[in-house]
Amino acid sequence: MNIVIDYTIWIMMIGTAVLGCVSGALGSFAVLRKQSLLGDAISHAALPGIGIAFLITQSKSANILLLGAFTAGLIGSILVMLIVKNTVIKEDSALGIILSVFFGIGLVILTMIQKMPNASQSGLTTFLFGSAATILKDDIQTMAIIGAIAIIILMMFWKQFKLISFDPHFAATQSIPVKKMEILLTILMVAAIVIGLQTVGVVLMSAMVIAPAASARQWTNRLGKMVIISALFGAVSGIVGVAISASYPKVPTGPIIVIVMSVIVVISLMLGSAQGLLWEKVRKK
Amino acid sequence: MSDQLEIAIIACMVSSACVLPGVFLVLRRVALMSDAISHAILLGIVAMFFWTKNLQSLWLMAGATGAGILTVMLTEALINSRKLKKDAAIGLVFPLFFSLGVLGITMFAGNIHIDTDAVLLGEIAFAPFNRLVINGIDVGPMAMWMIGVTLVINASLVTLFYKELKLMTFDSALGKALGFSQALIHYGLMTMVSITSVAAFDAVGSILVVALMITPAATAYLLTQRLPVMIGIGLAVGILASLLGYTAAYFLDASIAGCIAATTGIMFILALIFSPHHGLLMKFLLKQHQKQEFAAKMLVVQLLSHENTSLEDQENTVDHLEKHMNWHPEFAKKITQFALNERLISHSNGLLKLTELGRETAKAALRM
Amino acid sequence: MTAPIVLSVKDISLAYKENPVLWDIDMDVPEGILLAIVGPNGAGKTSLIKAILGLETPAAGRVELFGQPYQKVRKRVGYVPQRGSVDWDFPTTVLDVVMMGRYGHLGWFKRPGNTEKQIAISALEKLGMADFVDRQIGELSGGQQQRVFLARALAQDADLYIMDEPFVGVDAATEKAIVVLLKELRKNKKTVIVVHHDLQTLEEYFDWVMLMNVRKIAYGPVKEVLTTENLKIAYGGRSALKAKGI
Repeated sequence: MNIVIDYTIWIMMIGTAVLGCVSGALGSFAVLRKQSLLGDAISHAALPGIGIAFLITQSKSANILLLGAFTAGLIGSILVMLIVKNTVIKEDSALGIILSVFFGIGLVILTMIQKMPNASQSGLTTFLFGSAATILKDDIQTMAIIGAIAIIILMMFWKQFKLISFDPHFAATQSIPVKKMEILLTILMVAAIVIGLQTVGVVLMSAMVIAPAASARQWTNRLGKMVIISALFGAVSGIVGVAISASYPKVPTGPIIVIVMSVIVVISLMLGSAQGLLWEKVRKK
Repeated sequence: MSDQLEIAIIACMVSSACVLPGVFLVLRRVALMSDAISHAILLGIVAMFFWTKNLQSLWLMAGATGAGILTVMLTEALINSRKLKKDAAIGLVFPLFFSLGVLGITMFAGNIHIDTDAVLLGEIAFAPFNRLVINGIDVGPMAMWMIGVTLVINASLVTLFYKELKLMTFDSALGKALGFSQALIHYGLMTMVSITSVAAFDAVGSILVVALMITPAATAYLLTQRLPVMIGIGLAVGILASLLGYTAAYFLDASIAGCIAATTGIMFILALIFSPHHGLLMKFLLKQHQKQEFAAKMLVVQLLSHENTSLEDQENTVDHLEKHMNWHPEFAKKITQFALNERLISHSNGLLKLTELGRETAKAALRM
Repeated sequence: MTAPIVLSVKDISLAYKENPVLWDIDMDVPEGILLAIVGPNGAGKTSLIKAILGLETPAAGRVELFGQPYQKVRKRVGYVPQRGSVDWDFPTTVLDVVMMGRYGHLGWFKRPGNTEKQIAISALEKLGMADFVDRQIGELSGGQQQRVFLARALAQDADLYIMDEPFVGVDAATEKAIVVLLKELRKNKKTVIVVHHDLQTLEEYFDWVMLMNVRKIAYGPVKEVLTTENLKIAYGGRSALKAKGI
């Protein structure tokens, strides 16, 4: 296997590493709060946002489309919360409804765009399936900035996020505005998911949110370490995935990243030093 | 039969075939398994294709169903290992399967017509062109037959095992005590989901399958808590959404699957707002009335507890009420008037006194 | 000299789905006593706690802690909720959990440091859990988990402690440890309010008791409140209330 690191590959690696870090870090909270499937729902819900953003601005600039995706994703997650809070519908069904209905609306918008004179929808469908290959340096910059802001906010409010995820009742008695913090956390998650869409696409985003966190959990019993390890796993799978994909031309990047991530999951479940199966067996002796 | 009619019929059949397992997915809180399975089946189709080297639908169907079952088994195994919670397990397995499937396609089957676009989006508009020919006779679109058979299978399974499904969904403790197996019901349901996804995906794609499995059932759930009615309403909503969605797609010249999915969403919102018992409109209209009723109830309970005590003269006046209940003077007046109108209290010399009806109401409120 | 009143509850009424769960509750709690709240199931005991802590808005009445509304004096109140509501698989150690008790003191952005760690360790020592500092909380027994939550409340260094059924489902050693802790808190002039489920141990563990069933039945020193008459009224149901002429 001959890895030739040229400029494009370099960009791709940085991009997927950034994505992996951010989705790994925020994914930890999603998994711990039993909101793993939020990633799946939001990534599908983002589609109409992309279409509408294009319709309004006639621009395929990544920043504009990202903003559209973010808005749609945010609206979707708020709707999920409202449905669960005010009706008999449970969270999994609410996620499913938002996921499929929003995506359906997105499809309608896409097919209508297809008919417009100056639009080729290829730029838009890369959001569906991800195309790490078409990421530009500017896109990386945007991803990195948004990612960095998200991580900084995460660190700023670390105590609060930790407490509301572990014991929201107690958090309320400690003067922490639980509801507002939950919304902030959701906003960060939507941002993480939306910047990742370009790389792995809608269907696979779910794995990028869950897999690094699930793996990291097997190696530590401390939240801080878990988030760091999760970010690391995410970044590593991104880089390795790009490397493999670059060496074998026909291999698509998104799926390879997910497969690499899944291998990490399996290894962690088996050998993880804190919770892995092997370790449990050893300790029982 | 005209093409349009065929498409309409196929759409209605797909939605009905989806609603049947969908109702139970929603009630058993595993709705997103529909999303997981409808994506994971790609792997089964690809694997089957490599093995049999042909695109014959029946073989692919078997492979896809196998992939669906495997997804469920793997997900369950992860959950049972207690290292992952239910939602994390579901969201982990299907992307892996889907990735393997996509890998298989792009690397080895790049020039074959299974493309990932189709898996997700489907294109029901092409359904009439792929026809089933038996002994030289054109008996209709392939999709119609596949969905039709699936619909019959689903309907039969739901009818045959209605009692068991109902029991294990609503009262699983009793069911287990009677010897029924949750695992069997679960796998049976997921098999239905797999078969349905496979039969439908060529025509309508994964996303519409998810929309049709979850949204009509959820809409029905907003309107009723009774299982047979829920199934009925779900089927009706599905069919209505299919017809309306198709019509919209026709006039907008847009994706048919997308329009139908969007229409199911619209129907959900309509039910949310206008549902006679829990709908937002109803809640809003009743809220004012409920607020008054409740405040009046508190009023009579308050009067009751001070009745015939030494403090009655002080406590049971309108002024004291305001202070004690933290009520705005306007509100206190309104409630007092309301209670008078309802004949719960009577007014004399600035004192409020309970009527017999008022006393009964107060006691009922305190559960005595 | 009378002790200052740390908690004043006046005419608190609370409703749930249009039915009263608390009605006209009056209670003045002096400093330094161990107060038990008892009553049958559904008497509104937890609701009373929630109303005091501002976790539920009462339909009527007022609550004052140390002469002020709860929001102003949160730091002085330590709350130990019922044990069930936490995710035990959460990646956090015993020490971590206890240090969470200091978050209120740290404010928005400060990170817990060595001082917090020492406070947490000393709180754990008081509950006999010092050896478990690095243990993942999922690995603890029921009684041990309860002690960790008590240590967390202790770490808050509050003046008033409110505990919801801390004795339920714990082993004998833990029960003893809790009682020792309560007595020591009282010695340090702290006030403790406990929702308690066991009438047998009432006299031994507590000074005062609030006997209630939606409404206040009796309130005061244990011996005075625990009369057969009062108990019949609280636990006896409709006939008993009719007997009182209500």
